[in-house]
Amino acid sequence: MLKQKKDNRSSYIILACAIGALLLVLLLENLNLILPSVPAVLLPTSQLFTVLKKAAVYSLVAVSMNLLNGFTGLFSLGQAGFMLLGAYTYAILMVPAAAKDQVYYLYGGAALNNSLQDILNGVFGSTGVGGTVSLILSVLIAMILGGLVAALFAWLIGLPVLRLKSDYLAIATLGFAEILRAIFQWQKLGPITNGANMIKSFPTYSDFNIRAGGKVVCYLSTFVPFLVAIICIIIMVLLVNSTYGRAFKAIRDDEVAAEAMGINLAKHKMLSFVTSSFFAGVGGVLFAMYVANAQAKVYTTTMTYEILLIVVIGGIGSISGSIIATFAYVACSEWWLRFLDAETYIGSFKVPLLRNGFRMVVFSIIIMIVVLFFRKGLLGDKELPEAIRRWKASAKVRKERKAQKAQKEAATK
Amino acid sequence: MSEKKNVLRVENATMQFGGVVAVDNLNLEVNEGEIVSLIGPNGAGKTTAFNVITGVYAPTNGQVWFDGECIVENYPQGKMKKLYKGQHAGEYTHVKEPTPDEITALGMARTFQNIRLWKSMTVFENVLIAKHMRRTSNMFSATFRGNHKEEAAQRQEVEELLELVGLSDVKDELATSLPYGKQRRLEIARALATHPKLLLLDEPAAGMNPQETLELTSFIGQIRKQFDITILLIEHHMDLVMDISDRIYVLDFGKLIASGVPAEIQNNERVIDAYLGVTDDAED
Repeated sequence: MLKQKKDNRSSYIILACAIGALLLVLLLENLNLILPSVPAVLLPTSQLFTVLKKAAVYSLVAVSMNLLNGFTGLFSLGQAGFMLLGAYTYAILMVPAAAKDQVYYLYGGAALNNSLQDILNGVFGSTGVGGTVSLILSVLIAMILGGLVAALFAWLIGLPVLRLKSDYLAIATLGFAEILRAIFQWQKLGPITNGANMIKSFPTYSDFNIRAGGKVVCYLSTFVPFLVAIICIIIMVLLVNSTYGRAFKAIRDDEVAAEAMGINLAKHKMLSFVTSSFFAGVGGVLFAMYVANAQAKVYTTTMTYEILLIVVIGGIGSISGSIIATFAYVACSEWWLRFLDAETYIGSFKVPLLRNGFRMVVFSIIIMIVVLFFRKGLLGDKELPEAIRRWKASAKVRKERKAQKAQKEAATK
Repeated sequence: MSEKKNVLRVENATMQFGGVVAVDNLNLEVNEGEIVSLIGPNGAGKTTAFNVITGVYAPTNGQVWFDGECIVENYPQGKMKKLYKGQHAGEYTHVKEPTPDEITALGMARTFQNIRLWKSMTVFENVLIAKHMRRTSNMFSATFRGNHKEEAAQRQEVEELLELVGLSDVKDELATSLPYGKQRRLEIARALATHPKLLLLDEPAAGMNPQETLELTSFIGQIRKQFDITILLIEHHMDLVMDISDRIYVLDFGKLIASGVPAEIQNNERVIDAYLGVTDDAED
């Protein structure tokens, strides 16, 4: 009973945090419209919003990877492949008819004549409220379809590869992602995937900004990825805390015992794999919207490793850890360390070492230090409140010990 | 014996790994409400027999019956056809190889020789996960809490079970932080949470001191009464075995060398030669 109450309380806290984060983003984004003058960092073109958008996208993908690697103990490296599937599904479905010839010019037009939005525009009208409805609805449908395509492929590939364990599974999924990348660049599929060229001109986050008379009256371009990512992450949190999530954890901890206690390994591994891939697919859609194009060569193993790195730094098996690590990672790599790339003069003195590319050197060193000192990641396999509680408890113990020591010293004197 | 209902029957089961016959033509019966022990020297094939019964291995030849139904059946095929050294070849013609979780779902739960608790989880969660098998919810309804009634009922049941086995005071501790004896107890509680008819205990007293063994003996007697279940156990502590068993089967080199009530086994020449030896054990 007590436990149930505690669970309820923690779910309210999560909900409050999510709504708080959304409101904060909305406020930050629109501060430049409310106040007469704002610091440069809050202007819509600021690096801050790029970082926030990218981090929202990456945090969703990182949590989806954590669901599989951290909670079910399946070491899969196919995340970029599933993102690619999501991104391309969205891109192919959403290039408006008007832009098709321009995007697919190498192939003399696209195989699909209309975009989802064009079809819905036909129903709701393309301007005013109807246009907004059809935009939101078409993006939403394409997003879910992106996730479903990724999930479908996960199911297909999962049938053979989920029998593999640890490293072998990682290699198989990695190979799958690479094959996908090659297939999507195949010339023969050009009318659909646009070959090795990028698909662009589909709706992105900035299309969600509310405009009136050519001027933006309310920015929503950072709010939208946050909203989607938060909803998806909350669903995953709910899943992890449900009876199925507990079964996943049991498989991670001890497969033999899990099976002996009546947990069907094949079924549960598949559920976890498909769910994780679904959200990776949605993450891919968000990523395509973020970079405003879909191009197969972007979804390399490097991207998977980047996400794996985030998961490891945050703590394998900790959702809040993944989220924190994502924001720190993206902010460091895209923003905070930028100054290291620029040649800087103090007076006439040229600061040594600072030049293009030096940022990555420092970044690697920081990552190595983090991994050395937090061997199980920032939060281990604990969630944030638990980690804070433990940290406080150990700080208290340390303080008491210190006090005891001081007392002893005083006594001996 | 015949008036009692048969819960488990192993029929001519042979388990052969390559050329090695680990279990040779095992025939074994467990009746409702009994405590039956499987004993024998190290490497006699006791745990292999357990693994055959619980579906970890498919037998090379033979059948396993549970509750009047044939649940496992196999016969030598392919390369094994030539290699097969056991008896009753050609008698069985079907293949039934359920996975361990399907067998558990039928009502048979086991513990392990080396404790296999879920290490990152609390005592309460360890038992709660065993309830997962009896769920009625699918993943969507579980994620969006459509199953909250079932969930609450499960939690209530787990509370009661932990109370019964005397672990409710440590329910929020990590399973691995418990003392050894309590970890064993927890593993049994976890198996009980799946609502088994038959409980299979693989060396429940391994590594326990005499005091803990004594507690375990009374604990096993207690759960048999409270849960009205049948127990098959593997054990090396002869005090415990002789104390609680209704019947005993003795394995040596994969073969059944004796079976009967404890008194018979204690005086059986072959068993004394192979396993018991002429120590105090045979006298008490």
